[in-house]
Amino acid sequence: MTARIASPDVEDLKPPVRSTGILGWLRANLFNTPLNSILTLFILFCLYKTIPSMVQWAFVDSLWLSDAEACREADGACWSVVSQNLRFILFGFYPYDLQWRPALAIAMLIGLFFYSRNTRRWNRRLLYLWAAGLLVMGILMHGGGPGLPEVETDQWGGISLTLLLSLFGLTAAYPLGVLLALGRRSELPAIKAVCVVYIELIRGVPLISMLFMASVMFPLFLPEGITINKILRAQAAIILFTAAYIAEVVRGGLQAIPRGQYEAAESLGLDYPKTMRLIILPQALKIVIPPTVSILISAFKDTSLVVIIGLFDLLKTTQVTLSNPAWIRFSAEAYLFIAALYFLGCFSMSNFSRYLEKELKT
Amino acid sequence: MPAAQDRPGGTETSQAVPFWRNPRNRAVVFQAVTLLLVFSAGYYIFVNTQANLQRQSISTGFGFLNREAGFGIGEALIRYSAADSYARALLIGLLNTVKVASIGILFTLLLGVVIGVSRLSRNWLLSRLAAAYIEVVQNIPVLLQLFFWYAIFHDVLPSPRESIQPLPGVFFNNRGFYFPMPAGHAAYAWAAAALCVAVVSNGLLRRWARRRQERTGQLFPFWPVAVILQIGLPLLAWYLAGAPTAMNVPELKGFNFLGGFSLSPEFSALLIGLVLYTSAFVAEIVRAGIQAIPRGQSEAAMSLGLKSNLVLSLIILPQAMRVIIPPLTSQMLNLTKNSSLAVAIGYPDLVSVANTTINQTGQAIEGVLIIMVVYLMLSLITSAYMNWYNKKKALVER
Repeated sequence: MTARIASPDVEDLKPPVRSTGILGWLRANLFNTPLNSILTLFILFCLYKTIPSMVQWAFVDSLWLSDAEACREADGACWSVVSQNLRFILFGFYPYDLQWRPALAIAMLIGLFFYSRNTRRWNRRLLYLWAAGLLVMGILMHGGGPGLPEVETDQWGGISLTLLLSLFGLTAAYPLGVLLALGRRSELPAIKAVCVVYIELIRGVPLISMLFMASVMFPLFLPEGITINKILRAQAAIILFTAAYIAEVVRGGLQAIPRGQYEAAESLGLDYPKTMRLIILPQALKIVIPPTVSILISAFKDTSLVVIIGLFDLLKTTQVTLSNPAWIRFSAEAYLFIAALYFLGCFSMSNFSRYLEKELKT
Repeated sequence: MPAAQDRPGGTETSQAVPFWRNPRNRAVVFQAVTLLLVFSAGYYIFVNTQANLQRQSISTGFGFLNREAGFGIGEALIRYSAADSYARALLIGLLNTVKVASIGILFTLLLGVVIGVSRLSRNWLLSRLAAAYIEVVQNIPVLLQLFFWYAIFHDVLPSPRESIQPLPGVFFNNRGFYFPMPAGHAAYAWAAAALCVAVVSNGLLRRWARRRQERTGQLFPFWPVAVILQIGLPLLAWYLAGAPTAMNVPELKGFNFLGGFSLSPEFSALLIGLVLYTSAFVAEIVRAGIQAIPRGQSEAAMSLGLKSNLVLSLIILPQAMRVIIPPLTSQMLNLTKNSSLAVAIGYPDLVSVANTTINQTGQAIEGVLIIMVVYLMLSLITSAYMNWYNKKKALVER
């Protein structure tokens, strides 16, 4: 033993590399190999070249509450294009002095979302709360009762239209998608064929071809004299489109349920509807909550496509603002603002989905 | 599972099961009702449409395709003028869709793989940047991104007279990008032919190298040789055919540039928007694919004495590809389908041309039908190819 300790090799061993503290962290994460060191320095150089000038443009030289004249003189960003037109961008052609109603409806919606974040509150009461909330929101938006003057849907626009289209699109598409998924897994050949054809057909075409269909072909499908409002037609197209995607997600969940579950249900004497309702669907739908949230996110983003058939959603109201000659040059600022709004919505949803994944251990 | 219930039901018929309790009867009734509903809905729509078309005296059928289109198209891959037929206009649109989709898919794959690998990098700064890119780009609607890039081209770039000239002969302005291009010469045709020969011979070489390795165990340095062939053969052909160096340089004539090779702002905005958006999704797929391979695999390969590039190409990548290919296919299809948003920024793709056609002729049903059928065909072709490729690479189990 003593001989080994005294051996020169052991004496020469260096102390271990510091792996704690700021220096240790830097060495482990930024400068662990020569290549990584070069990469780090290169990235830092690029950031140094871009970030300060961006900050200068967006915050230091920028104007926030000025008029268009002052913006043209300035070097930096003109956030005034947003602040001066905020109410039009958010609410479109909704009557100016009634805009507290969509604002309140949106606030209620956000409140409901925050309240339902906690999975312990997921019960029948929450469902009723949502139903009541949606009803109140609808009354607020449309009016028509005592004290609330009626506002036709043609005048709805901006963020309330965006939220409305995506929210109702998903609530209506969800049950339809579940039915389609069950149909696709069914062993009745005719039902299976109908569902497969529907799902593959819809998933093979772009959403805007569905929207075109809604705007130019739906009126031809209906008997003379019956016309459906343009927003409703677009809503129908979004529902039909989203349902096909939900169906595929739910099918994934159904496939993940082991055969034993079906056999157990069968040996209890349950028939098909009861097997599905009590045994299979609760498990399958729980598995697919995260991908369902991604569908919700893409449905929310995809509603922006209604711009193409001329509905005044958030994106369209922004474009209308930008078509005003006074503000025409400040499109980057306006688009960055609504990009931030969309980002906020989508990012919080995807974070929530990640939290759910952990919470439900799927 | 109705079929599972069929079996007991089938044997119990002798015990006077009521008609409704017999699963087999129920199955028949359900299917009949479903089909009846589907067909009657279809018939209802058909009858209404017929009546509406007659009332509005819109003719049906595809006869309009042979009529003169009468509108110009900004960019066309093959000759087109306003005097050509609607059919040719739609073909131009289709070619433009295929052009932006194929170039877009190529760049998306490159960028997506780079970002996906960066996300897994041990360099903290790089992986954080990649993560931020993915989060930001995924959470903003693609249409908004297209508008943003298009606005950038229009608001930030100067007019043709004040073009930015980063290199001699290269011009950036709000009418597009202009690059010099080699002037036409037979040598380029020879070089293109040589390129094809190189591709084919590389394929043959690869098969030979694999056979030899299976027979003798000797590795052939395939990649260096292939790269030399791929670059060397066209260069050699170009040199032997006379090595022309004359260039066709864009020049300012009147209000715009003529000559050279140009990219329109619409095409550029569409391409940049689609590539940036889709590559974020591809990056996540690539990351998931690489993470799906257990570390033990590469450790085992290394303990067999394989070098790290062989570990990657023989052990990790073939397995990761199995995880990556199916979702990658749907991202390619998404890019192709999203290219239809071109209609919003004025790039003349199929949807944009069909939309103009619908507005001019009133043939809404035919127009929308053409759009849907074409995209369905593109989707089916892509997914058939990818399914074939997927099957070829799939794990062969017992």
